[in-house]
Amino acid sequence: METGIENIQAQIEELKARIAFLESSRKDCLSIAVISGDLDRILATMIIALAAAAMDTKVKLFFSFWSLAALRDPQKKAKNKDFISKMFGVMLPKGKNKLPLSRMNMAGMGPAMIKYLMKKQNVLSLDEMFRQAEELGIEITVCEMSMNLMGFKKEELIDYKHLRFAGAATFVSEANESTMQLFI
Amino acid sequence: MTTDELKNLQPARTVDARGTACPGPLLEAKKAIGTIKPGDIMEVLSADEGTKVDIPKWCTKQGHEYLGTIDESGYYRIFLRKK
Repeated sequence: METGIENIQAQIEELKARIAFLESSRKDCLSIAVISGDLDRILATMIIALAAAAMDTKVKLFFSFWSLAALRDPQKKAKNKDFISKMFGVMLPKGKNKLPLSRMNMAGMGPAMIKYLMKKQNVLSLDEMFRQAEELGIEITVCEMSMNLMGFKKEELIDYKHLRFAGAATFVSEANESTMQLFI
Repeated sequence: MTTDELKNLQPARTVDARGTACPGPLLEAKKAIGTIKPGDIMEVLSADEGTKVDIPKWCTKQGHEYLGTIDESGYYRIFLRKK
Protein backbone atom coordinates (compact mmCIF):
# COMPACT_ATOMS: atom_id res chain seq x y z
CA MET A 1 0.00 0.00 0.00
CA GLU A 2 2.75 2.40 1.07
CA THR A 3 4.83 1.64 -1.97
CA GLY A 4 1.73 2.10 -4.18
CA ILE A 5 1.24 5.67 -2.96
CA GLU A 6 4.95 6.39 -3.28
CA ASN A 7 4.83 5.07 -6.80
CA ILE A 8 1.94 7.38 -7.71
CA GLN A 9 3.68 10.31 -6.05
CA ALA A 10 6.81 9.63 -8.07
CA GLN A 11 4.75 9.49 -11.24
CA ILE A 12 3.05 12.80 -10.37
CA GLU A 13 6.45 14.40 -9.81
CA GLU A 14 7.65 13.12 -13.15
CA LEU A 15 4.55 14.45 -14.92
CA LYS A 16 4.94 17.83 -13.21
CA ALA A 17 8.50 18.07 -14.47
CA ARG A 18 7.41 17.17 -18.00
CA ILE A 19 4.60 19.75 -17.97
CA ALA A 20 7.04 22.41 -16.76
CA PHE A 21 9.38 21.45 -19.59
CA LEU A 22 6.61 21.62 -22.19
CA GLU A 23 5.36 24.95 -20.90
CA SER A 24 8.79 26.50 -21.08
CA SER A 25 9.75 24.98 -24.41
CA ARG A 26 6.96 26.45 -26.55
CA LYS A 27 5.21 29.75 -25.94
CA ASP A 28 2.20 31.35 -27.56
CA CYS A 29 4.52 33.53 -29.58
CA LEU A 30 5.02 34.54 -33.20
CA SER A 31 8.56 35.21 -34.36
CA ILE A 32 9.04 36.77 -37.78
CA ALA A 33 12.35 37.30 -39.53
CA VAL A 34 11.67 40.38 -41.65
CA ILE A 35 14.28 40.69 -44.41
CA SER A 36 12.43 42.37 -47.29
CA GLY A 37 12.19 46.12 -47.54
CA ASP A 38 9.24 46.14 -49.94
CA LEU A 39 6.07 47.98 -49.03
CA ASP A 40 3.86 44.96 -49.69
CA ARG A 41 5.96 42.66 -47.52
CA ILE A 42 6.27 45.13 -44.66
CA LEU A 43 2.48 45.60 -44.83
CA ALA A 44 1.96 41.83 -44.68
CA THR A 45 4.34 41.65 -41.72
CA MET A 46 2.51 44.33 -39.79
CA ILE A 47 -0.98 43.00 -40.55
CA ILE A 48 -0.08 39.46 -39.45
CA ALA A 49 1.73 40.83 -36.40
CA LEU A 50 -1.24 43.00 -35.36
CA ALA A 51 -3.75 40.17 -35.89
CA ALA A 52 -1.60 37.91 -33.71
CA ALA A 53 -1.22 40.57 -31.03
CA ALA A 54 -5.00 41.09 -31.04
CA MET A 55 -5.26 37.39 -30.17
CA ASP A 56 -2.89 37.95 -27.22
CA THR A 57 -0.09 36.11 -28.96
CA LYS A 58 3.31 37.58 -28.12
CA VAL A 59 4.89 39.00 -31.28
CA LYS A 60 8.59 39.43 -31.93
CA LEU A 61 9.77 40.96 -35.18
CA PHE A 62 13.41 40.56 -36.15
CA PHE A 63 14.35 43.22 -38.70
CA SER A 64 17.37 42.52 -40.84
CA PHE A 65 18.90 43.67 -44.13
CA TRP A 66 16.58 45.54 -46.56
CA SER A 67 13.77 45.80 -44.02
CA LEU A 68 15.91 48.14 -41.90
CA ALA A 69 15.15 50.95 -44.35
CA ALA A 70 11.56 50.78 -43.05
CA LEU A 71 12.81 51.65 -39.57
CA ARG A 72 14.60 54.83 -40.62
CA ASP A 73 13.21 58.09 -39.34
CA PRO A 74 13.28 60.61 -42.22
CA GLN A 75 13.57 63.47 -39.70
CA LYS A 76 16.74 62.13 -38.13
CA LYS A 77 20.31 62.32 -39.36
CA ALA A 78 23.39 60.36 -38.28
CA LYS A 79 26.84 61.87 -38.15
CA ASN A 80 30.30 60.49 -38.85
CA LYS A 81 29.36 58.14 -41.67
CA ASP A 82 31.93 56.85 -44.10
CA PHE A 83 31.55 57.24 -47.87
CA ILE A 84 29.88 53.87 -48.57
CA SER A 85 27.46 54.28 -45.67
CA LYS A 86 26.47 57.69 -46.95
CA MET A 87 25.94 56.24 -50.43
CA PHE A 88 23.73 53.46 -49.01
CA GLY A 89 21.88 56.07 -47.03
CA VAL A 90 21.09 58.02 -50.19
CA MET A 91 20.13 54.99 -52.27
CA LEU A 92 17.90 53.23 -49.75
CA PRO A 93 14.37 54.39 -48.88
CA LYS A 94 14.17 56.94 -46.08
CA GLY A 95 11.58 55.29 -43.90
CA LYS A 96 8.44 53.19 -44.17
CA ASN A 97 6.55 55.73 -46.27
CA LYS A 98 9.15 55.61 -49.03
CA LEU A 99 9.25 51.85 -49.58
CA PRO A 100 8.94 50.45 -53.12
CA LEU A 101 6.60 47.64 -54.15
CA SER A 102 8.13 44.24 -54.97
CA ARG A 103 6.06 44.25 -58.18
CA MET A 104 4.42 47.02 -60.22
CA ASN A 105 6.55 49.67 -58.58
CA MET A 106 6.51 51.82 -61.76
CA ALA A 107 8.96 54.39 -60.41
CA GLY A 108 6.88 55.06 -57.31
CA MET A 109 3.46 55.17 -58.98
CA GLY A 110 2.61 51.69 -57.70
CA PRO A 111 3.11 52.53 -54.00
CA ALA A 112 1.18 55.78 -54.46
CA MET A 113 -1.74 53.83 -55.94
CA ILE A 114 -1.63 51.20 -53.18
CA LYS A 115 -1.64 53.93 -50.51
CA TYR A 116 -4.57 55.63 -52.23
CA LEU A 117 -6.51 52.34 -52.32
CA MET A 118 -5.64 51.57 -48.69
CA LYS A 119 -6.98 54.91 -47.60
CA LYS A 120 -10.11 54.52 -49.71
CA GLN A 121 -10.80 51.07 -48.27
CA ASN A 122 -10.01 52.09 -44.68
CA VAL A 123 -6.89 49.98 -44.31
CA LEU A 124 -4.66 51.34 -41.54
CA SER A 125 -1.64 53.27 -42.79
CA LEU A 126 1.85 51.94 -42.01
CA ASP A 127 2.35 54.80 -39.52
CA GLU A 128 -0.85 53.83 -37.74
CA MET A 129 0.12 50.14 -37.81
CA PHE A 130 3.44 50.89 -36.11
CA ARG A 131 1.63 53.05 -33.54
CA GLN A 132 -0.80 50.20 -32.76
CA ALA A 133 2.06 47.71 -32.67
CA GLU A 134 3.81 49.85 -30.08
CA GLU A 135 0.62 50.03 -28.03
CA LEU A 136 0.16 46.25 -28.19
CA GLY A 137 3.74 45.62 -27.07
CA ILE A 138 5.02 44.10 -30.30
CA GLU A 139 8.79 43.80 -30.00
CA ILE A 140 11.10 44.90 -32.79
CA THR A 141 14.62 43.59 -32.74
CA VAL A 142 17.16 45.17 -35.06
CA CYS A 143 19.90 42.94 -36.37
CA GLU A 144 22.97 44.85 -35.31
CA MET A 145 25.28 43.21 -37.83
CA SER A 146 23.15 44.06 -40.87
CA MET A 147 22.51 47.55 -39.53
CA ASN A 148 26.28 48.13 -39.53
CA LEU A 149 26.56 46.49 -42.94
CA MET A 150 23.99 48.85 -44.45
CA GLY A 151 25.71 51.77 -42.77
CA PHE A 152 22.72 52.73 -40.63
CA LYS A 153 23.16 54.14 -37.14
CA LYS A 154 20.94 53.72 -34.09
CA GLU A 155 20.29 57.46 -33.89
CA GLU A 156 18.57 57.53 -37.30
CA LEU A 157 16.00 54.84 -36.46
CA ILE A 158 12.40 55.54 -35.45
CA ASP A 159 11.35 56.12 -31.86
CA TYR A 160 9.69 52.89 -30.82
CA LYS A 161 9.18 51.82 -27.24
CA HIS A 162 9.97 48.15 -27.77
CA LEU A 163 13.00 48.50 -30.04
CA ARG A 164 16.18 46.64 -29.19
CA PHE A 165 19.37 45.53 -30.84
CA ALA A 166 20.62 41.96 -31.01
CA GLY A 167 22.11 39.27 -33.20
CA ALA A 168 20.97 36.21 -35.12
CA ALA A 169 21.26 33.94 -32.09
CA THR A 170 18.54 36.00 -30.38
CA PHE A 171 16.18 35.30 -33.28
CA VAL A 172 17.08 31.62 -33.33
CA SER A 173 16.55 31.13 -29.60
CA GLU A 174 13.29 33.09 -29.57
CA ALA A 175 12.00 31.38 -32.72
CA ASN A 176 12.83 28.09 -31.05
CA GLU A 177 10.54 28.96 -28.14
CA SER A 178 7.75 30.26 -30.40
CA THR A 179 4.81 28.29 -31.68
CA MET A 180 5.00 30.14 -35.00
CA GLN A 181 7.96 31.25 -37.06
CA LEU A 182 7.79 33.15 -40.33
CA PHE A 183 10.32 34.51 -42.77
CA ILE A 184 9.25 37.48 -44.84
CA MET B 1 -28.46 31.39 -32.27
CA THR B 2 -31.09 32.37 -34.81
CA THR B 3 -31.20 35.86 -36.27
CA ASP B 4 -34.27 36.71 -34.14
CA GLU B 5 -32.53 35.56 -30.96
CA LEU B 6 -29.48 37.63 -31.87
CA LYS B 7 -31.63 40.68 -32.51
CA ASN B 8 -33.12 40.41 -29.02
CA LEU B 9 -29.74 40.35 -27.28
CA GLN B 10 -28.79 43.29 -25.09
CA PRO B 11 -25.10 43.94 -25.73
CA ALA B 12 -23.19 45.61 -22.89
CA ARG B 13 -21.05 47.25 -25.53
CA THR B 14 -21.34 47.81 -29.27
CA VAL B 15 -18.11 48.39 -31.15
CA ASP B 16 -18.54 50.18 -34.45
CA ALA B 17 -15.54 49.14 -36.53
CA ARG B 18 -17.14 49.84 -39.89
CA GLY B 19 -14.61 52.56 -40.62
CA THR B 20 -11.67 50.17 -40.66
CA ALA B 21 -10.53 47.15 -42.67
CA CYS B 22 -8.69 43.99 -41.56
CA PRO B 23 -7.16 43.75 -38.96
CA GLY B 24 -8.79 46.94 -37.60
CA PRO B 25 -12.05 45.36 -36.34
CA LEU B 26 -10.10 42.69 -34.46
CA LEU B 27 -7.93 45.34 -32.79
CA GLU B 28 -11.01 47.32 -31.78
CA ALA B 29 -12.68 44.17 -30.44
CA LYS B 30 -9.57 43.38 -28.39
CA LYS B 31 -9.56 46.88 -26.90
CA ALA B 32 -13.28 46.84 -26.12
CA ILE B 33 -13.41 43.38 -24.55
CA GLY B 34 -11.32 44.66 -21.64
CA THR B 35 -14.00 47.21 -20.77
CA ILE B 36 -16.85 44.74 -20.21
CA LYS B 37 -17.50 42.13 -17.51
CA PRO B 38 -17.28 38.34 -17.92
CA GLY B 39 -20.63 37.02 -19.17
CA ASP B 40 -21.47 40.32 -20.86
CA ILE B 41 -22.38 40.40 -24.51
CA MET B 42 -20.44 42.44 -27.03
CA GLU B 43 -21.50 43.36 -30.53
CA VAL B 44 -18.97 44.20 -33.25
CA LEU B 45 -20.10 46.06 -36.36
CA SER B 46 -17.85 45.50 -39.35
CA ALA B 47 -18.08 46.19 -43.06
CA ASP B 48 -15.14 43.88 -43.65
CA GLU B 49 -16.31 40.44 -44.75
CA GLY B 50 -13.20 38.75 -43.37
CA THR B 51 -14.15 39.86 -39.86
CA LYS B 52 -17.13 37.51 -39.64
CA VAL B 53 -14.71 34.60 -40.07
CA ASP B 54 -11.92 36.17 -37.98
CA ILE B 55 -13.99 37.02 -34.87
CA PRO B 56 -15.14 33.38 -34.28
CA LYS B 57 -11.47 32.29 -34.56
CA TRP B 58 -10.48 35.02 -32.12
CA CYS B 59 -13.25 33.84 -29.74
CA THR B 60 -12.04 30.23 -29.89
CA LYS B 61 -8.49 31.31 -29.07
CA GLN B 62 -9.53 33.67 -26.26
CA GLY B 63 -12.25 31.44 -24.82
CA HIS B 64 -15.13 33.83 -25.51
CA GLU B 65 -18.42 32.39 -26.76
CA TYR B 66 -19.24 33.29 -30.34
CA LEU B 67 -23.01 33.75 -30.60
CA GLY B 68 -23.61 34.51 -34.25
CA THR B 69 -23.66 37.08 -37.03
CA ILE B 70 -26.46 39.11 -38.56
CA ASP B 71 -25.90 40.06 -42.19
CA GLU B 72 -27.21 43.61 -42.58
CA SER B 73 -26.98 45.15 -46.02
CA GLY B 74 -23.40 46.39 -46.34
CA TYR B 75 -22.14 45.36 -42.91
CA TYR B 76 -22.20 42.59 -40.31
CA ARG B 77 -23.31 42.53 -36.69
CA ILE B 78 -21.20 39.98 -34.84
CA PHE B 79 -22.17 38.88 -31.30
CA LEU B 80 -20.09 37.23 -28.61
CA ARG B 81 -20.17 36.59 -24.88
CA LYS B 82 -17.08 37.39 -22.83
CA LYS B 83 -15.42 34.52 -20.98
